[in-house]
Amino acid sequence: MNRREEPRSDTGAADTRARVFSRRGDDGGSERPVVPRAEFRSYYDRPVLKPPVWEWKIPAYLFTGGLSAGSAMLGAGADLTGRPGLRRAARVGALGSLVASMYLLVADLGRPERFLHMLRVAKPSSPMSVGTWILVAYGPGAALAGAAELVPPRLRATRPGRLLRWAARPAGLSAAAFAPGVASYTAVLLSHTAVPAWHEAHRQLPFVFTGSASASGGGFGMVFAPVAQAGPARRLGVVGATAELVASRLVDRRLGYAGQAYTTGRAHRLRRLSEYLTLAGAVGAASIARRSRVGAAASGLALLAGSALQRFGVFEAGVESTKDPRYVVVPQRERLEQTGRGSRQA
Amino acid sequence: MTRENSFYGPLEDPAADAGHLDHPERVGFFTDTSVCIGCKACEVACKEWNLVPEDGFNLLGMSFDNTGMLGADSWRHVAFIEQPRRLGGQDAGVAGLPTGPSRIEETTEVVSAALRETERGGGELGTESVDLGFPSFELPGAGNGAEARTDFRWLMASDVCKHCTHAGCLDVCPTGALFRTEFGTVVVQEDICNGCGYCVSGCPYGVIDRREGDGRAWKCTLCYDRLRDGLEPACAKACPTDSIQFGPLAELRERAQERLEQLHADGVSEARLYGESPDDGVGGHGAVFLLLDEPEVYGLPPDPVVPTRDAGAMWRSAAVAASAFVVAALSAFLGRARP
Ligand code: SF4
Ligand code: SF4
Repeated sequence: MNRREEPRSDTGAADTRARVFSRRGDDGGSERPVVPRAEFRSYYDRPVLKPPVWEWKIPAYLFTGGLSAGSAMLGAGADLTGRPGLRRAARVGALGSLVASMYLLVADLGRPERFLHMLRVAKPSSPMSVGTWILVAYGPGAALAGAAELVPPRLRATRPGRLLRWAARPAGLSAAAFAPGVASYTAVLLSHTAVPAWHEAHRQLPFVFTGSASASGGGFGMVFAPVAQAGPARRLGVVGATAELVASRLVDRRLGYAGQAYTTGRAHRLRRLSEYLTLAGAVGAASIARRSRVGAAASGLALLAGSALQRFGVFEAGVESTKDPRYVVVPQRERLEQTGRGSRQA
Repeated sequence: MTRENSFYGPLEDPAADAGHLDHPERVGFFTDTSVCIGCKACEVACKEWNLVPEDGFNLLGMSFDNTGMLGADSWRHVAFIEQPRRLGGQDAGVAGLPTGPSRIEETTEVVSAALRETERGGGELGTESVDLGFPSFELPGAGNGAEARTDFRWLMASDVCKHCTHAGCLDVCPTGALFRTEFGTVVVQEDICNGCGYCVSGCPYGVIDRREGDGRAWKCTLCYDRLRDGLEPACAKACPTDSIQFGPLAELRERAQERLEQLHADGVSEARLYGESPDDGVGGHGAVFLLLDEPEVYGLPPDPVVPTRDAGAMWRSAAVAASAFVVAALSAFLGRARP
């Protein structure tokens, strides 16, 4: 049989099936994407990945977990340096946000009654398993130190009351020992996924998150501790805010194609607002917060809100990057072409 | 048992790596899409055997594909792609039809816009009912004159969980619900899964999903129960054209290579294998595909990588950030005398 050489059926595919899509106009059309929209092919523009099933509870936990860790550090420091007002505020803050974190984590499960299944295994390849065990190590210390601050005065002299207050310092120090893990593992939790915007940010995200944790811990101390004792809270707030701002800018700039998920749409708006609040909070912490209680509270609240919005913004960027197949296909296709493994040459 | 390449790179025997000492051969699928006729017998057989609930009875406007995507309630998914060109030397005969060729371009625009309006951007396809506003009143192809008629080919492909050598879903599962079976496949234990949803984001192919109302994660088990009884999976059993072939993976890889060469010799130069190489980003699939166009045209990622590849870099970065966090806290107390 005389076989006719057929032209490759995907020859010139780019100009037949590939289209340049414009983005949904929900970013007001005012921002231009940094990277030009590449031509790409897809299956009915359907997502390649499943969007995360997590809802608001997970970004909320990212915030409360960070707040708890930041507060635990302040609480231990205040304890050792003799600042009872700051110590009390920070320890109670660490406890409160720990309780909130636990609620959020359990409630987000599809089967909340099975949350203890997390403790069946210790699995280094799963950041969620690692995180669970970090929380197991962190929780009792933070809870005990917080509880000691909440003992009502009439029970302080009783035996359990005295015991609790005696245990508060070692408990607080143990919480502080695990707090850095609590503050940073959540970045790996997000990055260790196929979600393009989270995975590509794996170098920068831990700094965004520990910065955000410090800023919120500092902010909380400024709101609830007497101004005279809140010096460390203010300094932690300023340092944390600076780290958060710088790292968050790096996320915008360094990610290549996936960076668009952060610089456009809702994620961009949330993070922009977070930047303003964090900046304002840091400036306030370095100035008015040293003189007036009202100034301290306002600056602290700004830092807290900035930290929370940052978490929601990062979360939103990831979700967006799974809904749009471009984030998956375009960088992978580029990689194939660059390494000469493109199937067009197959 | 080897610890080499446990998380990334070529790995000869994933079952042994997972601790199965005396285990059967690794098995898998070879899905040869060039002979798929789009009958969806695999989808039906899978639903029947595994008692998978319905995923909605909506018309999706993606050609004859009304499943849309793999998901918690769709463990096989037949994709339909209409293209204005010939398949090999075939004549589709469209030129003689009164309606002319497919209007898939226009349909795609409409589908795409409708997908963006849904809650999960279309990611709920295969798991939940999704109404994209079809059918419409216009006849497909109406408005095309004879001059618009082109050659035509239909690509059909039955997609399935890849049972990756390095499975992103399995690596991240914090409860141990997802496990590597003695056959080298990846299965969720429904009595363990607590629905944390981590696997959903860990899979680079968008396969596994959490079932609404049930709260647990579900995906293809490669008919673990049937395998243990020495039967082939339901989809492979039902496939009338042997587009889905089941067997020992080593044999399937060979068969795939042969089929590829045969197709190339027949002039179907666009044929290519997907997931056959142990050197790819997931260490090769347990489910190998022969495709007739680029993977992304079928809704598959062109060069997926298991997220675990970068775990070291991630934890290193986190460790540095954690240290910076400690330094920040220390300096907050030591930095200056009490104000
Ligand atoms: S990562 Fe995805 S494709 Fe691979 S085994 Fe898991 S669910 Fe299947
Ligand atoms: S949802 Fe279930 S199977 Fe998936 S990672 Fe969580 S516990 Fe594992």
